[in-house]
Amino acid sequence: MAHGPAKGITRWLFTTNHKDIGTLYLWFSFAMFILGGFFAMVIRAELFEPGMQLIRPEFFNQMTTMHGLVMVFGAIMPSFVGLANWMIPMMIGAPDMALPRMNNLSFWILPPAFLMLASTLFMEGGAPNFGWTFYAPLSTTYAPDSVNFFIFAIHIMGASSIMGSINIVATVLNMRAPGMTMMKMPLFVWTWLITAFLLIAVMPVLAGAVTMMLMDINFGTAFFDAAGGGDPVLFQHVFWFFGHPEVYIIILPAFGVISEIIPTFSRKPLFGYASMVYATSAIAFLSFIVWAHHMFLVGMPVSGELYFMYATMLIAVPTGVKVFNWVSTMFRGSISYETPMLFAIAFIILFTLGGFTGLMLAIAPSDIQYHDTYFVVAHFHYVMVAGAVFSMSAAVYYWLPKWSGRMYSEAMGKLHFWITFIGFNITFFPQHFLGLAGMPRRYADYALQFADWNMVSSIGAFIYGASQILFLYNVVATIVAGKKVSEPKTWEGANGLEWTLPTPPPYHTFTTPPDLHGTHDHQLTDDQLEDHPGGATH
Amino acid sequence: MLRKALRLFSLTLLALSGVYVQAAEHSDVSNTVLLNMPTGVSTISHEIYNLHMLIFWVCVVIGVGVFGAMLWAMYFHRKSIGHEAENWHEHLGVELVWTIIPIFILIAMAWPATKTLIDLYDTSDAEIDIRVTGSQWRWQYEYLGEGVDFLSELSTPLDEIYNIEPKGEFYLQEVNNPLVIPVDTKVRFLLSATDVIHSFWVPDFAIKKDAIPGYITDTWVEVTKTGVYRGRCTELCGQGHAFMPVVVHVVEKDEYQFWLAEKKQEAAAIAALTETTFTMEDLMARGEEAYLRTCSACHQPNGEGIPPAFPSIVGSPVSTGPIDEHLNIVINGRPGTVMAAFGGLLNEVDIAAILTYQRNAWGNDMGDVVQPIDVYNHIQGQ
Repeated sequence: MAHGPAKGITRWLFTTNHKDIGTLYLWFSFAMFILGGFFAMVIRAELFEPGMQLIRPEFFNQMTTMHGLVMVFGAIMPSFVGLANWMIPMMIGAPDMALPRMNNLSFWILPPAFLMLASTLFMEGGAPNFGWTFYAPLSTTYAPDSVNFFIFAIHIMGASSIMGSINIVATVLNMRAPGMTMMKMPLFVWTWLITAFLLIAVMPVLAGAVTMMLMDINFGTAFFDAAGGGDPVLFQHVFWFFGHPEVYIIILPAFGVISEIIPTFSRKPLFGYASMVYATSAIAFLSFIVWAHHMFLVGMPVSGELYFMYATMLIAVPTGVKVFNWVSTMFRGSISYETPMLFAIAFIILFTLGGFTGLMLAIAPSDIQYHDTYFVVAHFHYVMVAGAVFSMSAAVYYWLPKWSGRMYSEAMGKLHFWITFIGFNITFFPQHFLGLAGMPRRYADYALQFADWNMVSSIGAFIYGASQILFLYNVVATIVAGKKVSEPKTWEGANGLEWTLPTPPPYHTFTTPPDLHGTHDHQLTDDQLEDHPGGATH
Repeated sequence: MLRKALRLFSLTLLALSGVYVQAAEHSDVSNTVLLNMPTGVSTISHEIYNLHMLIFWVCVVIGVGVFGAMLWAMYFHRKSIGHEAENWHEHLGVELVWTIIPIFILIAMAWPATKTLIDLYDTSDAEIDIRVTGSQWRWQYEYLGEGVDFLSELSTPLDEIYNIEPKGEFYLQEVNNPLVIPVDTKVRFLLSATDVIHSFWVPDFAIKKDAIPGYITDTWVEVTKTGVYRGRCTELCGQGHAFMPVVVHVVEKDEYQFWLAEKKQEAAAIAALTETTFTMEDLMARGEEAYLRTCSACHQPNGEGIPPAFPSIVGSPVSTGPIDEHLNIVINGRPGTVMAAFGGLLNEVDIAAILTYQRNAWGNDMGDVVQPIDVYNHIQGQ
């Protein structure tokens, strides 16, 4: 029995449709991206010149904390879950996600969690002010009362992530079209499968950390309180056992997106598909055994430092393999430069720069000079913003015509790209210099020798921030008034099951799965595309 | 304005082109474009600088290779010039090569890094031990075995921070009592904290170590050049995080001995002052100065604090209540709050002056005076 979406608000509230839930996730994450970006603008405005001009130091700390939390948990993570919701069923030939009601729940608990987190800004004592890494005892004994709301919000976000991950694992393992073996899956599906396992493994650890905080604050325990026999360093071990895999949770789906886009616009199959899968798995494994490289200065024994240094350096090997594979894919291809490709190429260049600084940070003795400075801030914005956010922009331009049945304006897309690219580099490249010259991170005010680069960085940040308004405009303008497209394949070089579906895809797709027996790799031949047009039952 | 804009513009171009110029010695920061880590003035800082440059150049070489190949493809294998795509997408040999070669590069880098790290951890045979204690938001330096012990606090006036006065040359990098150490001497620092985690950093020495409540961590330095070196706290420790700098004077060995003797005399003089009876005016003047230095970051210069975290002192039950309770809170702190135990941080004279000031300023007008001997007796009586 064919049926379309329900009418009105109930369509969104009660939906169990993977496309609707994907859309909700994507819009929610964009709203959080703007909110977190607004916090960043406040930070950069205050740092425009030495001295306190606009806000007071205690509010500055609330801004850095909220910026980090909202961007990591509200913008980047949900955006990739949204992408997974939209694309995984369409990429593996499944009719929907395996657990659609849980899918609805995992989204709809997020808005209340972030509403609660944002409301702390208006509470007496202010919002959380201890950094997104919330080291105890600053986040326990010395925290504002709003920390309890923060803890509850983290619990809800964790529950949402775990449900989303279980759903993805169940879908990928059980609902692939006949003949789609694991090694035929698109790389985006592979990276998300591995990411989902990482999430299931580490979100409970984060929940444990905040629960111990809750007990310390309200019930008289002393897990992290030295005066009660507890251990502040224990907090850091537990946090980073979550926190390090977390950064790969953010970047692995981005790898997947890039691995879809580069072959499309190079008109050449992805180089080293199998080695990409192995490299992703290796990165995921290594992410569990390197956490204390965030803690080189807590006074670990030298043997511990050496182990974490060596293990961290090893990550460069599988990461290098990925970069080499992308470049080899482009090599001797037939490259064209549409907006998604521009973002993807910028991703490779800037992510690699972030990888280089990551390698530098891995060297424990040098890390003494880099640790907790703007060098680190530059490093992780190169991998988080130029990594995750650029790949997300690439993904939106790449799949938006498929989702909406309308084509974005290539000129506007390129304009958005160039302003973003230039603004990003003006913001974050000078931060390398600031860090090396000695400016610590999370400083509300700074000495005079740091003034010039801070001003440059702030100007870049305003450019970068403004360019995201253009992004919003581009997406809305495309959906409302973009040129209609109906070809199943938007891009001539594109491969994969999603491009066999009508454009825009009907509400329900692949109710009859395509048969992929007899294909030799993860990409379909043109004959098979004609044999299995997919599409709705009606 | 135009000149400044031009300078910023050229800085930006420099940044974008990725030009990497060696920064000059720290002494002349105002006219130098800061781009790189200081080479520093300690035995270890040169090793770390060399390691940093080694890995930097390794990254540059790899980057030139990878980006070179990529730019080649981007230019010569464009669709717009009619380049046809080839179809190869696997080559085991190539993949093995680019997996194995990086491993050898990493081993080559791990070797010197390991050597330096082991040096860094060797805190044995230090000639001087200094205990460094971080508190919100000041450092306390205790010369172990010498009986010298003092607080080091930011001396930049609030008016400079809030843009009422023009900023001085060492804005946010100046303190009332700098740390003093002798040149060419191995000094060991033992770090701890009384409240939250702080981190002690002097870039020119290439030492940075967390100061953690309940722990004693250690590090060491042997400085090879006399001078004034400025560092800062690098672990987020609350609203005063940016306002607790480290200033170290490195002096000749005999000058250090002279300074140490002077400090010991000062301590004796303060002990003598403890038995002196001060007038109200003296205590108010000394109290205002000490209050602004030590208390005003939280309780604010006007005494009104930032409730609820930092309660107001104006008309509060503590500052207008019994002296004994007031003394108790200042000396022992309030467990579980930011209020530190100042008994171990300040001398009796300063505590007496601060109490007198708090009880008589901002319209509190209690009219009573707390003498150093009262503080001394309170501490002894506990």
